[in-house]
Amino acid sequence: MSETLMPLAILLPFVGSLICFVSRHRVSVFTGCVTALLTAGTIGWLTYDVAIHGVQVYALGGWSAPLGIHLRVDGLALFMMIMSAIVGVAVTFYAVSYFGEHDAQEEKRGAELFWPIWMFLWASMNALYLSGDIFNIYVILEILGLAAVGLVALTGRRAVLVAGMRYLLAAMAGSLIYLLGVVLLYAAHGTVDIVLLGQAIEPGATAMAAMTVMTAGLLLKTAMFPLHFWLPPAHASATAPVSAILSALVVKASFYLILRLWFDVFHATITLEAGYVMGALGTGAILWGSIQALRQARVKMMIAYSTVAQLGYLFFVFPVSADHDAANAATWISIAGQGSLYQALAHALAKTSIFLSAGVLLHAAGSDHIDHMRGLAQRLPVTVFAMALAGVSLMGLPPSGGFVAKWMTVQAVLAAGQWWWAPVIIGGGLLAAGYIFRILRPAFSPADVQEALHPVPRSLELCALGMAILSIVIGLRATDLLDVLLIGAPFAIQAGGAL
Amino acid sequence: MSQYQFYSLAGMVLFALGLHALVILPHILRKILSINIMAGGVFLFLISIAARNFEDFPDPVPQAMLLTGVVVALSATAFAVALARRIYTVTGRSELDEEDRVP
Amino acid sequence: MNAFWTNLLPVGVLAASFLTGLGILLLGEARARARVVVNLFGAALKLALVLWMGWLTYNGTLIEMRFSMVADLEFVLRADSLSFLFMGLSSALWLITSIYAIGYLGNGPNRARFFGFFSWCITAAVGVALAGNVITFFIFYEFLTLSTYPLVVHSGTENALKGGRTYLFYTMGGGALFFVGLIWLHVLAGPIDFAEPSVVAGLPAGLQPQLMIIFPLMIFGVGVKAALFPFHGWLPIAMVAPAPVSALLHAVAVVKAGAFGVARVVYHIFGLDVLSDFGLLTPLAVVASITIVYGSLRALTQDDLKRRLAYSTVSQVSYVILGVSVLGVTASAGGLVHLVHQGIMKITLFFCAGLLAETVHVKTVSGMAGLGRRMPWTMAAFTVGAFGMIGLPPIAGFISKWYLGLGALEAGQPWVVGVLVASTLLNAGYFLPILYTAWFTESVSDDAQALPASAREADGWMLYPTIITAVLSVLAGIAAGAGWSPLTLARAVAAGVYGL
Repeated sequence: MSETLMPLAILLPFVGSLICFVSRHRVSVFTGCVTALLTAGTIGWLTYDVAIHGVQVYALGGWSAPLGIHLRVDGLALFMMIMSAIVGVAVTFYAVSYFGEHDAQEEKRGAELFWPIWMFLWASMNALYLSGDIFNIYVILEILGLAAVGLVALTGRRAVLVAGMRYLLAAMAGSLIYLLGVVLLYAAHGTVDIVLLGQAIEPGATAMAAMTVMTAGLLLKTAMFPLHFWLPPAHASATAPVSAILSALVVKASFYLILRLWFDVFHATITLEAGYVMGALGTGAILWGSIQALRQARVKMMIAYSTVAQLGYLFFVFPVSADHDAANAATWISIAGQGSLYQALAHALAKTSIFLSAGVLLHAAGSDHIDHMRGLAQRLPVTVFAMALAGVSLMGLPPSGGFVAKWMTVQAVLAAGQWWWAPVIIGGGLLAAGYIFRILRPAFSPADVQEALHPVPRSLELCALGMAILSIVIGLRATDLLDVLLIGAPFAIQAGGAL
Repeated sequence: MSQYQFYSLAGMVLFALGLHALVILPHILRKILSINIMAGGVFLFLISIAARNFEDFPDPVPQAMLLTGVVVALSATAFAVALARRIYTVTGRSELDEEDRVP
Repeated sequence: MNAFWTNLLPVGVLAASFLTGLGILLLGEARARARVVVNLFGAALKLALVLWMGWLTYNGTLIEMRFSMVADLEFVLRADSLSFLFMGLSSALWLITSIYAIGYLGNGPNRARFFGFFSWCITAAVGVALAGNVITFFIFYEFLTLSTYPLVVHSGTENALKGGRTYLFYTMGGGALFFVGLIWLHVLAGPIDFAEPSVVAGLPAGLQPQLMIIFPLMIFGVGVKAALFPFHGWLPIAMVAPAPVSALLHAVAVVKAGAFGVARVVYHIFGLDVLSDFGLLTPLAVVASITIVYGSLRALTQDDLKRRLAYSTVSQVSYVILGVSVLGVTASAGGLVHLVHQGIMKITLFFCAGLLAETVHVKTVSGMAGLGRRMPWTMAAFTVGAFGMIGLPPIAGFISKWYLGLGALEAGQPWVVGVLVASTLLNAGYFLPILYTAWFTESVSDDAQALPASAREADGWMLYPTIITAVLSVLAGIAAGAGWSPLTLARAVAAGVYGL
């Protein structure tokens, strides 16, 4: 059954996008909601199916590798798709009220374009996760990048255009650098299928060069420190639902790809030094992103830098996995991988919530300057509460999803004997507390001028709150989701490199 | 040096030139052109390897990939140019510089 | 009764206050009457559930609830006798403090937020008490930090926000220290349930150097909340909070969670055998003694009443830690019972301070002249609390000090008695002048004499809780030998720890 579910997960949002593109606004809102629910349902069904039958492969058009294009689903791909589905549904319903409220002409055009581009983006993300072939992934990466930039530039204001341009150039350059690696691999092995490449690859200069350029291109697209320059303006200036999608999902798509390549293609090529470089980048991201977040005067800018910082935690899986010949390595690599992916999920939920809350703030007060947070604890208690809950997960305090992620990551780095990452991870939590409370603190002071707030639809606040609660709840019961993640053993590295 | 290696090398040089130009040139249109030069470099490399082990006839797969790549690059460029025009209309400027980073 | 339902009792106890808090937050600001009803009902229900659970445990039922969060991360709630000591205190004082707070806040702003987070604070404190392993303890410990923050910054003034920042800085730092120790120990030893003999006792001897680092990390991690020197700085600054919050912070939830945490770390994570082998108990006793003397010294010079009381708390909480770190059943019982005794005495004092601040706007010691005549009930309660702190029989504080001293002599550490004597003299030094000013001097202010004395007492919502806690302080002292007294419970805990 799930062979047809895989293309369905891509086709549904794609068809939805086409319908939205040609129909009037009212129809496209309706189509968007229905498509979101159907897509989420499909992914739910696929999860159920894969949980029972294990990893599934689907050859498009009946052509098999090396010539044909494969769709392949394992726990890792499924985990990412579940994450996209949860965030996607929440953002979709948020967007209904959010864009429904604006009357200005330019906002209206933005509202009409949001639906087709967003559905298209979702389709391309699902395609990326299901894709089993690195050239196909290049095409999808480009499509994903174009759709993401389209969303950023939605309103056509000065700031978003410039930020979108920067983003577009970074995304295109990143994809081309990645493509260079694809060509190198094809030249050496004559295939672009991930599984076949994983079997054929041999340690050497070509593999090392391919790994370096592909990783570098994807790091640029992930906005990994120090290649993060394009992210804060793009994420901060876009409209709230778009910021949420970009921060929660899009940057993680290219992270997923790095992970996929390291574990499935380059497992024989990874050196300890390469792993340490990635860990050092993660450390830099946490420190630099947090410090920048502490210095921002606008809430959305602060959240965007927080994304730069939070992405850093994802990268400690690499130094741990680089030490794959040690005894018991398989256990702790698996724990590090789970920690990393759980961090991706917890961050996605928390960041969605906090960006959606910032949207409420913008909507109500007309500005997201931190001074406008004054007195909000009285006037928008639900939103402030949502921000606080999401903040708990970002700080990694128990019992949130962020805590589980941090717990597993720290445990893995300690078990692997790389204790020096641990202070960074724990210190990063304290820095996060610093910037989160920077926006929460003024909320408790009485507002000096009781200027009227623009009334906010309840549904906006509830979407944000729901995501925040979810980011906590996934910390109370992580076992089930992690079981899904481990289907097909995505973090298994065979010692010595032979698969 | 065989012919295909020469073309490969030329592709890499083009790629590096494009990347360098992308980083240092502030004008948006030049940046877009730089990206196209990068793309041209990769495509040259891609098409050259089609001849690597095949004496009589070239490997068809890189050609198919190249075709796809060209289409993708073309549409991305079209989008970028449209965006650049839009920026010029709204702001009257056509360069990206430091002050734009903090909106 | 069905074991399944019995084991859900701890969840019920937590839910009683958690849902009360949620309900209050959802009811919103306007519906004051409904809020009072929900709050008092929740508090009463919680106390009843705790007593029921106590009764079941007393009759030999083992109550434990556990479920798995991640592979080796379990959520465990278990009621042992040490939990009851802290849990009983928190739930009883929650009810009393709620009544007081309803009177105190009157018609002020943001009451829904206040009572909501107040309930969650108690939930966290009781969760700390019920935690059956170190992860669960840590979850509630951090929850306590966060749920207290809105209370500390309640007024929203610049001072309050600054106090809140200091509070967070210390407590989150402490949390991080504890987390480092916790995860380090977890990697060495696996899941750490609170048990006797402790998990650490079973570790190979070669790990001693690492354990010697982990112990201070964990002790100071929880010690920050217990205001252990040199991490006591937040407590006097957090005084900006409203009186019921100060009462809660100082007497019930926060500092006690810290002291309770120290007891857990010493007894149930490391175990006394391990610690005395490592020679770590005496340094802990020394740190506690320094805190006791230092806090009292600082209290001497404070004119602000609440600040004086705050430094007094810094000093008094370390009695608990001192008792825990001196070997022997008697000293441990003395320390543990102070958890309760200090709680009821200090809450009386803070209630009085709040009464004075609200009704006659007196916030300094020097401004208390002549108050004894105008507010005889309030000052009587204050006197009871102060005498108790000094350690005059028959008030509860005497019992704690007596057992501590006796236990120190039994353990062969006579210097502890010296600390106790010095502290008692200092306690007298900063409390007696207050009492003298209040009872035996005349106020110079004219308008204060314009009203008859009886008109100056606060209304019943605030006054009765104060008197009740004062009476409880005396009762806990007089009836210390009774079967239900805190002392009996504390002795049972101590006996259990020493395997008697």
